[in-house]
Amino acid sequence: MSRAAPMLEVVRDGEGPHPPYLYPAYRSTELRAPKRPLLLLPHTLSELTGPVYGEESVGELDHDLTRRHEGEPLGERIIVTGRVTDSAGHPVRSALIEIWQANAAGRYRHDVDRHPAPIDPNFTGAGRCLTDDEGRYRFVTVKPGAYPWRNHPNAWRPAHIHLSLFGRAFTNRLVTQMYFPGDPLFEFDPIFQSVRDPKARSRLVCGFELEETVPEWALGYRFDIVLGGPAETPMEP
Amino acid sequence: MITPSQTVGPYFSLGLLEPPTNELVPGGIRITGRVLDGVGEPVPDAIVEIWQADEDGRYRPTFGWGRSGCDEEGRYSFMTCKPGRVAGQAPHLTVLVFARGLLKPVLTRMYFSDEEDANAEDNILSAVDDPSTLVATASDEGFEFDVRLQGDGETVFFAV
Repeated sequence: MSRAAPMLEVVRDGEGPHPPYLYPAYRSTELRAPKRPLLLLPHTLSELTGPVYGEESVGELDHDLTRRHEGEPLGERIIVTGRVTDSAGHPVRSALIEIWQANAAGRYRHDVDRHPAPIDPNFTGAGRCLTDDEGRYRFVTVKPGAYPWRNHPNAWRPAHIHLSLFGRAFTNRLVTQMYFPGDPLFEFDPIFQSVRDPKARSRLVCGFELEETVPEWALGYRFDIVLGGPAETPMEP
Repeated sequence: MITPSQTVGPYFSLGLLEPPTNELVPGGIRITGRVLDGVGEPVPDAIVEIWQADEDGRYRPTFGWGRSGCDEEGRYSFMTCKPGRVAGQAPHLTVLVFARGLLKPVLTRMYFSDEEDANAEDNILSAVDDPSTLVATASDEGFEFDVRLQGDGETVFFAV
C-alpha cells in the first residue's frame, strides 16, 4: 500500500524526559510499544480542555491511607507532600491526584499479586486528594516495601508509590511512580532506568524533609511534580 | 524539567477503578472495543480513558471524561453519547490508553463511521495515512473501536 505523506509533523519517540515506548530491558514493552511514528496533534479544544474536579470529588479522609480501617496499618508512617506546577512554575490548582501502593511488606491488595508477603487487614493502599490554590497536596500513608517481579531472574522493584494526575487539560495527564531516596535497587530496575536522562530520572525520587516531618509521629517526604502538555501554550483551534 | 511518566503497572485497579466511571450517559450508546498487543493478543491489564464534548459539541468541565478497565478479552466499555462537532472538527473522542508494559500512555482519537461527510472534512483524520484505524464501526448498541498497540493495523497514535 502506498502511503500519502502525513501532513502532521512526525515525532521521534524517546526524545524528551519521558521514557520511550520500547525499552527491551522491561520485557512487557516488546509487544505493547507502538512501532509507527507518532504524529503531532495541533492544539484544538480537544487537546486543551479536560475535566475539572471540585471538593465533592474527594472525601475528607481520602488523603489518609492510614485511617481507612478499624486499626492502623503496620509499617513506617510517612507524609508525602509537594507542589504540582506547570513547567513555567505556576501552580496547578484543583488537580486530582490518585495514588496506589503496596503495603509495608511489599504486597498489593490485588488478586494478581502472588508475592508471599502478608496482606495487612488495615491497609488498602489507595488514596486521592486535590491540590490547593498553591498547587500543594498532602498524603499520609506508610512506606511501601520493595517486592519481586518476574521481568528477569531475581528482579525486585524499588519501593514506590504510583501517582495519577489530571492537569489543566486531558492531554496533560500524567501517571508516574515516586521512589524513595538512596534505594539500592535503582540500578537494577528497568522501569526506573527507562528514563534515560539522569536529571529527569532524579525527578522521580522524593526527598526527605525534616520540615515536613511531624515530631513523635511521621517522617516527611517531599515530591514536587511538574506537568507538561499543551495547556501551557494555548492556541485557537 | 517535567516529571517523567512511568508505567501504570498491573495493580492500577486498586487506585483507579473504584468507583466505576465508565457510564457518562445512563441509557446512552455503548462504545466498546478491545486493546490488542503486537501479536493480536488481548491486553487485559490496560485502562482506557476518554474525553469528549457533549451532544452539542461543547466541552464542559464536569461532563465528558470516563475511565474503563479491560476484561480478560482486553475489552473496555463506556455508556455515553455521541459528541457533536467541535469547531469544524468531525465528532470524536480523545482516547488515552495506559497499560502494564506501556511506560507512557498512547494517545489517539476515535471518530464515527456514520459521519462520512464530517470525517471527510476533518483536518486531522485527513492528515493521517491510515484513517481507518481511527474510525469506530457501528454495532447493535453503539460503536466498536479496537486499539491495536503494535503490528498489523496498528492504531495511529499522536503526540501533543
